[in-house]
Amino acid sequence: MRGNKLSGLGQQLFFVGPALLFFTIVMIIPFVMGMYYSFTDWNGVSGNVAWVGFDNFKTIFTNDSDFWSSFWFTVRFTLLGVVLTNVVGFFLAYFLTKALKTRNMLRTIFFMPNVIGGLLLGFIWQFIFIKGFATMGDLTGWSFFNLPWLGDATTGFWAIVIVFVWQSSGYLMVIYIASLNNVSKEVLEAAQIDGASRSQTLRSIIVPLIMPAVTVGLFLAISWSFKMFDLNLSLTKGGPFKSTESVAMNIYNEAFLNNRYGLGTAKALLFFLIVAIITVIQVRITKSKEVEA
Amino acid sequence: MKTEGKGKWNYGLEIIMILLGLLFLSPFYFLLANSVKSFGEILSNAAAWPSEFVWSNYSQAWKLARFSEAFRNSIIITVICVILIALFSAMAAYRMVRADSKFNRILLLLFVAAMVVPFQTIMIPILQVVNFLGVNNSIPGLVMAQLGLSIPMAIFLFHGFIKSVPLEIEEAATVDGCNPLTVFFRIVLPLLKPMLMTIIVLNALGIWNDYLLPSLILQAPELRTIPLATFSFFGQYTKQWDMALPALTLGVAPIVVFYLFMQRYIVEGIAAGSVKG
Repeated sequence: MRGNKLSGLGQQLFFVGPALLFFTIVMIIPFVMGMYYSFTDWNGVSGNVAWVGFDNFKTIFTNDSDFWSSFWFTVRFTLLGVVLTNVVGFFLAYFLTKALKTRNMLRTIFFMPNVIGGLLLGFIWQFIFIKGFATMGDLTGWSFFNLPWLGDATTGFWAIVIVFVWQSSGYLMVIYIASLNNVSKEVLEAAQIDGASRSQTLRSIIVPLIMPAVTVGLFLAISWSFKMFDLNLSLTKGGPFKSTESVAMNIYNEAFLNNRYGLGTAKALLFFLIVAIITVIQVRITKSKEVEA
Repeated sequence: MKTEGKGKWNYGLEIIMILLGLLFLSPFYFLLANSVKSFGEILSNAAAWPSEFVWSNYSQAWKLARFSEAFRNSIIITVICVILIALFSAMAAYRMVRADSKFNRILLLLFVAAMVVPFQTIMIPILQVVNFLGVNNSIPGLVMAQLGLSIPMAIFLFHGFIKSVPLEIEEAATVDGCNPLTVFFRIVLPLLKPMLMTIIVLNALGIWNDYLLPSLILQAPELRTIPLATFSFFGQYTKQWDMALPALTLGVAPIVVFYLFMQRYIVEGIAAGSVKG
């Protein structure tokens, strides 16, 4: 007892202090500053910071079609990306929990794109869309390969979707595998004895039982696709003519290309509110669908 | 009869899944095969096996992209960040679980809420703070920012894990005369090893691959990390694939090797993290 010289406050400072210090400097203070800047006309360089009230938000809502087209792009991308990555991830997991000889190797392969950062992946795929697809088009004669990949708004959009699904499905597969392994064998056997078909078992037993994993899978996919930046930058840079510009990229350009920090932070704050609201709603909805075996 | 049918079906499934696996791997084939071709051969046929291996592509790309520097920077930054994140988060989470005060409960809520904040929302003010503290364009500045951004998630994961660590061992150690620091470093920390590995490996991947934050903080060419070096190189040598592809391969290789060795921890970590989320 005599050796115990650290008081409760001392221990709190020693153990929690370092983490709290960095958290405060890097997240809390910038968050509060961001709220302040979003009501100013600051350009990021000069010392002049004038309070402009809600002007930035007025500009965003009435006079910023670029922001809203990037928002619409992000919404479409998120809808498709979330559905496709989760469906692909789930079915990879579903088939790779069956008795296959190459099961572990295949899991390793499907997860592999995920460990490589979006920037490098985007560059690799830039080569594939430009040179690889052209060659495949010559070899197979399929018009699919000869589309102007990355060259117009539609193919640019789909290119990003394809690479995103290729990159992210493996991660969701791991989550679904963990969840599928927890579904009890007895329940499945009981269903089989009662004469349930394979698709009936899947729909009425397996899916309801893995709803906690669906909650997580949707949550992750929404937050990845809504905040997507690296892939966007390395595949299309938002072009041609801003047609494939995501919200994250629009905010970045507003601040660092147009030097309108005030407007940029206002958009960033709005972005945070939208992400927070969507994720809370999604978690509420899927949580209500979770059941116990 | 029944098992036979089942075996046959799995055989078909196996082939389908292997084909799908090859499709997933095909981008890497394009990358590797073309990285050792001459420029002319890449243009004439990007799908074929190289007729001649031009290894000098690699040595040239290595030099032009200043990869030795980039490797060194990436390793220094990742190692320092990962050690400090794991240590500080484990310490904080331990105290927050064992001293269940109102302050610590609110703090946990703050950390969880911070996990939803998009990086874009705070990136501009983070640069202000970094400038204000005089650590702009320096590795310590980047490490500081990475710590603040990664700590919330790590604390959240540790918090869930430490709750399942039995209190009795610590009480016995205290009775034996250990002070709180010894209890934590000698007894608790070793018990956290599975979660420590998970947090180290997942953060190592995230920090190694990060592009946006380093691009904002590190401007000097000699401070570039691998993604930054690749980005600037790719910009200079656009469409010069015989240089760009070896550079990309060099950037991808370390992380794939790391993955193949650490796979178990990565996969277990994701599964463990998702169950609690």
